[in-house]
Amino acid sequence: MAKILIIAEHDGQSLNPSTPKCVKCAAGIDGGEIHVAVFAKDAADVAAEAAKIEGVAKVLTVENEANEKPLAAVLAPQVAELADGYTHVFGPSTSFGKDVMPRVAALLGVNQLSDVMEVIGPYEFKRPIYAGNAIITVRTPEDKTLVATVRAASYQAAGTGGSAGVEAASVSAELPTHTRWLELKAGSSDRPDLATAPRVVSGGRALGSEENFEIIFKLADKLGAAVGASRAAVDAGYVPNEMQVGQTGKIIAPELYIAIGISGAIQHLTGIKDAGTIVAINKDEDAPIFEVADVGLVADLFKAIPELESELG
Amino acid sequence: MEKILVGLKRVVDYNVRVRVKSDGSGVETEGVKMSINPFDEIALEEALRIREKGDASEVIVVSIGPGEAQQQLRTGLAMGADRAILVETSEAVDPLSAARVFKALVDKEQPDLVLLGKQAIDNDANQTGQMLAALWERPQGTFCSGLEIADGKATVTREVDVGLEIIEIDLPAVITADLRLNEPRYVKLPDIMKAKKKPLDTVSADDLGVTVSSDFEITSYAPPPQRQKGIMVEDVAGLVNALKEKGLV
Repeated sequence: MAKILIIAEHDGQSLNPSTPKCVKCAAGIDGGEIHVAVFAKDAADVAAEAAKIEGVAKVLTVENEANEKPLAAVLAPQVAELADGYTHVFGPSTSFGKDVMPRVAALLGVNQLSDVMEVIGPYEFKRPIYAGNAIITVRTPEDKTLVATVRAASYQAAGTGGSAGVEAASVSAELPTHTRWLELKAGSSDRPDLATAPRVVSGGRALGSEENFEIIFKLADKLGAAVGASRAAVDAGYVPNEMQVGQTGKIIAPELYIAIGISGAIQHLTGIKDAGTIVAINKDEDAPIFEVADVGLVADLFKAIPELESELG
Repeated sequence: MEKILVGLKRVVDYNVRVRVKSDGSGVETEGVKMSINPFDEIALEEALRIREKGDASEVIVVSIGPGEAQQQLRTGLAMGADRAILVETSEAVDPLSAARVFKALVDKEQPDLVLLGKQAIDNDANQTGQMLAALWERPQGTFCSGLEIADGKATVTREVDVGLEIIEIDLPAVITADLRLNEPRYVKLPDIMKAKKKPLDTVSADDLGVTVSSDFEITSYAPPPQRQKGIMVEDVAGLVNALKEKGLV
């Protein structure tokens, strides 16, 4: 029987929405028993949150001063030790999971399966390659621990009706001191998190300047949406890197995605393929974004956006 | 710092629209333009800049793959690398095998820094650097968009989901390059001529004591599901109506 360990992502206070998505993915493995591991300095709050995720049988906490910040070199030996006895070890395909999980896999001497988007069986999965231009089905060996990352955009979050027990786990792995955390420069924002928001409004190069980008923020606030941008808008310096949506930025799957002044380069479309409804506003009627948009409007964005804002009341 | 080792993977050029073969046995690579993985090119550029600042004396480019990967190594030499090593294999190279090959080369060459791309744009695995760091028991600075080296340490700015994270790591270490680390230089014709004279050694993975193989079996390739083209509306009122019909506003 499958025994699945999920490595929780958190910021020390609360659980990242990618974790319940990993649980949803793991729940696709029939008859699997799902445990969530929380590595932290003080794990109580995050563990309590993880215990409520539907489908989780047990939450394990590993508390340690060194676990205050998510450093892959420090976490990986602990995860590898805790992995003993599990058939599967999953983490999110976020910057956190991508950093930690391959290091865990190498310590266990196994390959890693990246970006799981569909579970076919306990050892058979689908994942994208070539920036999503091909989907492969991969069979993995049944006699080895399967280390995998889960593509968050492919899964809804598991529900919150659970009540798993929380247990402290002890690990004895020697932790390296060669890696030290210094600082996090986070974009300060009261807006919803781009990676997980149900609604996203994105702006492109057509906005023309950092000042003009303000109308995107205003519309987003009206809708309670997160704000994203195309790579062209980021490269032009209108908004910071972490707002980039696309193959080299964030891959997202909101219920509603509004692309404004974005032509729809392949690399951008790769990031929004799984969105529920895509709305595009662009003055170029031949823009490729209209090929994938559910609702398209050919219009000058500087006229259309204020109008849209007032129509929304 | 003495040596920097840089990995260059031969991949389908990023401008090529990759298509799945009609029988689902793979993707179309026949006659397709091949190039250095773009993230690896950024890694090499960074290594060259470190050497040009006088902080390193030698940049070695490494590729693991078929004999044709010599082309990518020659391009790397033309960009400015000092010498090249081709680890020749006809097998598909998975990240764990690649990491084991790099580990064997690290043991042999004793570099202070290994610079790799954060991921290859063919299999999008994003694993090799992290795996090498684990096997080598050394630090990793992944998704690097800023790198400063001083006193046997590296200060690494990392692109993480919420912004930029800065860590300090002891050397030797593995760094994986993200898109914004730098803009790689263009290769000039005289450099291509000069590169022909630079040393390029070929070894087999067996010579290094590594068996390249994968226990992950790809059973099928399929094109991604396509989104259906939706409706066009005339004006903002039509747009709002469409959203209302879908229950989105």
